[in-house]
Amino acid sequence: MRDRVWIFIGLAVFVAAFTAPFWHVHAKTSARQPDLVLPANQKECVAPASTMRDAHMQMLLNWREDVVRRGDRRYVAFDGKVYEKSLTHTCLGCHSKAAFCDRCHEYSGVSGPYCWNCHSDPQATVTRSRP
Amino acid sequence: MKITRKEFLRLTGLSLLAGGAMQVVRAIGQGGTAARAAASQPVRLGMVIDLSKCREKDGCNECIHACNTTHNIPQIANRAHEVKWIWTEPFGTVFPSAQTGYAEQSYTKVQVPLMCNHCAEPPCTRVCPTRATWKRDDGIVMMDWHRCIGCRYCIAACPYGSRSFNWQDPRPAIASINPDFPTRTKGIVEKCNFCEERLARGMKPACVEACPQGVFTFGNLADPESEPRDLLRSRFALQREPELGTGPSVYYLM
Ligand code: HEC
Ligand code: HEC
Ligand code: HEC
Repeated sequence: MRDRVWIFIGLAVFVAAFTAPFWHVHAKTSARQPDLVLPANQKECVAPASTMRDAHMQMLLNWREDVVRRGDRRYVAFDGKVYEKSLTHTCLGCHSKAAFCDRCHEYSGVSGPYCWNCHSDPQATVTRSRP
Repeated sequence: MKITRKEFLRLTGLSLLAGGAMQVVRAIGQGGTAARAAASQPVRLGMVIDLSKCREKDGCNECIHACNTTHNIPQIANRAHEVKWIWTEPFGTVFPSAQTGYAEQSYTKVQVPLMCNHCAEPPCTRVCPTRATWKRDDGIVMMDWHRCIGCRYCIAACPYGSRSFNWQDPRPAIASINPDFPTRTKGIVEKCNFCEERLARGMKPACVEACPQGVFTFGNLADPESEPRDLLRSRFALQREPELGTGPSVYYLM
């Protein structure tokens, strides 16, 4: 009975030590958002931002099927604007691959989409190309 | 709920009838669209290549160059690994049976521009296990590079050697990447697409546009009034190995 105090102190120390890694990670990273560079001169995406966040991968796959397999290249956005269904021209026409797509994918632990093995990043190819 | 055998049979019969009626309604609906589709002109895109004009400018490679830059085609020295959408071969190789044996005619030495024939009955599309290649309604034998798994059945099936395989990463072998068209990767098959992406923007194929001699005439072979049909009516033309039954859409004027 005289040991009760020591037992509880010991337990408290154990619990603190055991959960330390979680507290540590929580304190360090949970509040940090990916530092996304949004297009400076544009207000709207091709769909509401929340839809884009959730479903841009699906949208890109639909675009890809539409263009390549159905020959349909015209996309009418929710605000009535018409876009070409193109990864390089449309998405990267507004967004920066490195400072937008890649940053969020790195942050979310999405293994970089392999699309860039074929599709060009206009910013990267400008510096790459030789006359 | 309890159901007697008679009721069960009656219900089954009724639902079958309802299903059948749906089919009829749908068929009537589609009959309209089918009739409309038939009324609009059928399209079979094709190319007529005038070798007599091509011959006048021996050694000219403008068409090949234009295609290479338009589609980011890698320049690989090793012939076993080379990638080509449009290329040339000597007349004798292309049309072996069109030679007389005493051939020293002006045309036998000439280099003939070759490309995918966009066959009416393409053997390549039949063997593709992923439907990465198929014939579109307008006759273009299309490729979906996203679906290609690199099995190369299509290469084996094509009697014209129109398809190339990327044995190595093509990007380092492209002098200047054109961002308007994606490159391909190692392990993917590729070939001429009749500049499908340019047609969609109302442009002519790159080779047609680039040729300084006006060798290439592109158009709808199913339309008797089209430019290529005009040429085919008045001039003698050859197809590559038509006896195979592939129905090439690329014709050569002698
Ligand atoms: C093997 C090479 C390759 C890879 C990998 C690839 N693409 Fe493509 N993609 C192409 C080619 C070639 C086209 C045809 C372009 C045309 O016809 O204009 C195309 C067309 C498209 C198009 C429509 C037109 C355009 O220019 O954007 C979309 C959208 C697209 N791809 C999305 C994707 C996405 C998303 C990924 C990754 C998940 C991807 N692609 C990966 C080669 C590739
Ligand atoms: C006309 C310019 C424009 C085009 C084209 C465009 N975007 Fe956007 N995008 C924006 C803007 C502006 C925002 C921020 C909108 C907001 O915060 O309300 C945005 C937001 C987004 C977001 C959400 C980012 C976040 O805050 O979480 C994603 C994901 C996205 N875009 C992906 C894409 C993809 C993929 C494409 C191509 C299909 C594309 N965008 C095409 C301008 C564009
Ligand atoms: C706000 C964060 C965010 C931004 C910004 C973002 N993505 Fe994504 N992206 C994701 C997430 C998360 C996934 C994974 C979804 C999943 O796996 O279900 C993903 C998946 C994808 C995929 C599918 C990958 C695969 O292998 O299936 C593609 C393609 C893609 N993104 C393209 C883009 C492009 C292009 C941009 C820039 C225009 C972009 N993304 C911007 C968060 C983002």
